[in-house]
Amino acid sequence: MKRASRLLGAIALGLSAAQPLRAEVAVTLHFLKIDVPAPPTLTSLDVVPEGLGLDGAALAVADNTTTGRFLGQTYRLEQSEVDVDGDVTGAARAALAQTPYLVIDGPAEALLAIADLPEAQGAILFNASAPDAALRSGDCRANLLHTAPSDAMRTDAIAQYLVVRKWTDAVMIVGPHPADKAFAAAMERSLAKFGARLRETKTWGESGADMRRNAAEEVPLFTADFPGHDVVIVADELHDFGRFIPYNTQEPRPVVGSEGLRAEAWAPVVEQWGAAQLQSRFQDHAGRPMEPGDYAAWAAVRAVGEAVTRTGTGDSDSVYAYMTGPEFELAGFKGRPLSFRPWNGQLRQTIPLVHDRALAASAPFEGFLHPVTELDTLGLDRPESACTAFEE
Amino acid sequence: MKHLSALALAAALAGPLAADEIWVTNERDDTISVIDIETLEVVRTIQVGERPRGITFSHDYKVVYICASDSDAVQVMDPASGEILHDLPSGEDPEQFVLHPDNRHLYIANEDDAITTVVDTETRRVIAQIDVGIEPEGMAVSPDGTIAITTSETTNMAHWIDTATQKLFANTLVDSRPRHAEFTEDGTELWVSSEIGGTVTVFDVATQTEKAKIAFEIDGMHPDRIQPVGFEFAAGENHAFVALGPSNHLAVVNMKTYEVEDYILVGRRVWHMAFNADKSLLFTTNGISGDVTVVDVAKRRGIKTIEVGRFPWGAAFRPTN
Repeated sequence: MKRASRLLGAIALGLSAAQPLRAEVAVTLHFLKIDVPAPPTLTSLDVVPEGLGLDGAALAVADNTTTGRFLGQTYRLEQSEVDVDGDVTGAARAALAQTPYLVIDGPAEALLAIADLPEAQGAILFNASAPDAALRSGDCRANLLHTAPSDAMRTDAIAQYLVVRKWTDAVMIVGPHPADKAFAAAMERSLAKFGARLRETKTWGESGADMRRNAAEEVPLFTADFPGHDVVIVADELHDFGRFIPYNTQEPRPVVGSEGLRAEAWAPVVEQWGAAQLQSRFQDHAGRPMEPGDYAAWAAVRAVGEAVTRTGTGDSDSVYAYMTGPEFELAGFKGRPLSFRPWNGQLRQTIPLVHDRALAASAPFEGFLHPVTELDTLGLDRPESACTAFEE
Repeated sequence: MKHLSALALAAALAGPLAADEIWVTNERDDTISVIDIETLEVVRTIQVGERPRGITFSHDYKVVYICASDSDAVQVMDPASGEILHDLPSGEDPEQFVLHPDNRHLYIANEDDAITTVVDTETRRVIAQIDVGIEPEGMAVSPDGTIAITTSETTNMAHWIDTATQKLFANTLVDSRPRHAEFTEDGTELWVSSEIGGTVTVFDVATQTEKAKIAFEIDGMHPDRIQPVGFEFAAGENHAFVALGPSNHLAVVNMKTYEVEDYILVGRRVWHMAFNADKSLLFTTNGISGDVTVVDVAKRRGIKTIEVGRFPWGAAFRPTN
């Protein structure tokens, strides 16, 4: 019933969205970080920035504010942080008492607990970090939209790339963590989907070897008995051992996946389609390069801003209807308009394939056709998703 | 041989028979390629500041202004010698600009600063800075000089500036990522292209309201790839030629019915364009293929591709007679 009234709202808005409606609108958004302790890794080379995600949300609020100035619309960002073992739903309730717009950096279980709160019915929650397939399928919620790409979107991007390059025989090294295994499962599905072959998978053991000294000896041995392959895929989403694989494989093969050539929602090397401007605004704002987590939070806040601008209201039902409707398009510096998939609330987006020095390519690739949009060749397409929450 | 070409060059510079030129800024080469309209070849390559984009000649063609975005300067060049005469204060990251009909005031979009800067080219002073939306880019000025326009890419608006007060008097929403703006010659219409929205909006200038919206459709091409950016009005203002970015086509739009009559294949990621003197030829900059397509306007098809520098962006016409 709720959804039906929202749909009607979308139709009514479609008629009146041509001109800005000048009315005082004040929108508050809340960035909720659910802290998950990071397991130790082999090196300390990666530092997770203090303001990851939050900095992206704050920049988008500034972007929205600049636009809002001309329309009598103001935006404000609140933030809070809670430990994953703490009172997550309490923190979410406190935020929801102030605003229906929550951008959340947290794991799947926490997202679902929040989405199922009575206080969250009618709210718009954005998943700005969790890559889980289930959240876009059987565990989806109509009040939970995803601006972070799923594992499947990233692995589909890699699989398309491998097929385009005709590097279709792959082997894979998978780390021990659940995130590694989820990425590997998505990768396996993607390779099958696009017709590449996974010839063997090996699990990286939790050996105590100090890779910083031994990589040159251990990795060639570890990769020596792989069957013939064009490419080595690494599933190491915690960035533990993967950094030691490139240039140390027994065969001279490129490394893709979590290391080497990576599929990311965003990276500092993305500069086409006006991205250089977003990068420099972010650098000025946060004093560091923009990461995928920042981009997902930025996109969530900008999506709300875009919907408020076009509808002239801060009412969350109207914003939801417009944002998930066919008129919505977000200019996300990715060369195409971004929009939410009506079957599972996932933000459609191109996926850059990057290494540390440059953007190598951008998925989807030409030749991967789709009846609706080529962007839907990445991730769970309508027939692949078991999500029904978005149906009336 | 050397003497001969030197002589030829001297003749070309001095003689009344020198051919008209198209000047193209190469964003990633920090150069300008000068195309001879008679031979359709690059005859000069001129070093300029970093990341040149917007380019426009003074109305008397005595100087040429170049936005050197990453040098944070508008460079003023003697087009005959190719020498930089001086820089104008421009604000940060100037991308595009427009010269007022008074031939004196330059309205500059400062992409990184959400500001439009107004510079007096004679005193070389900034006379106003106007807060606009995020990533200002498209710039236009009405033929009577009373209105200047800035479009902002992320705010998705056309900002209307009263040039008497240098203040905004209207802000109108357009579709996503507006890129380019032009007034019609009679000053009654303002056209604005939206790259991500995939449309061109036509405004009634008197009321600043939307009069028409033009959408594009190319067989076998997903609408997402059809991205209107630069455009120009043909002679008589019956037709507009609209560059459609990564669709690698121009659209020919009927300016009375606002219907698209034709699509013309050009180079990859077509950006901006300039006509020759009688507007029989159109030169488009193709960012990704690094070349310029010469379009026969009457026949509505490309007749030649001219290789220029990396990421050609802006284009401007220079008469030499």
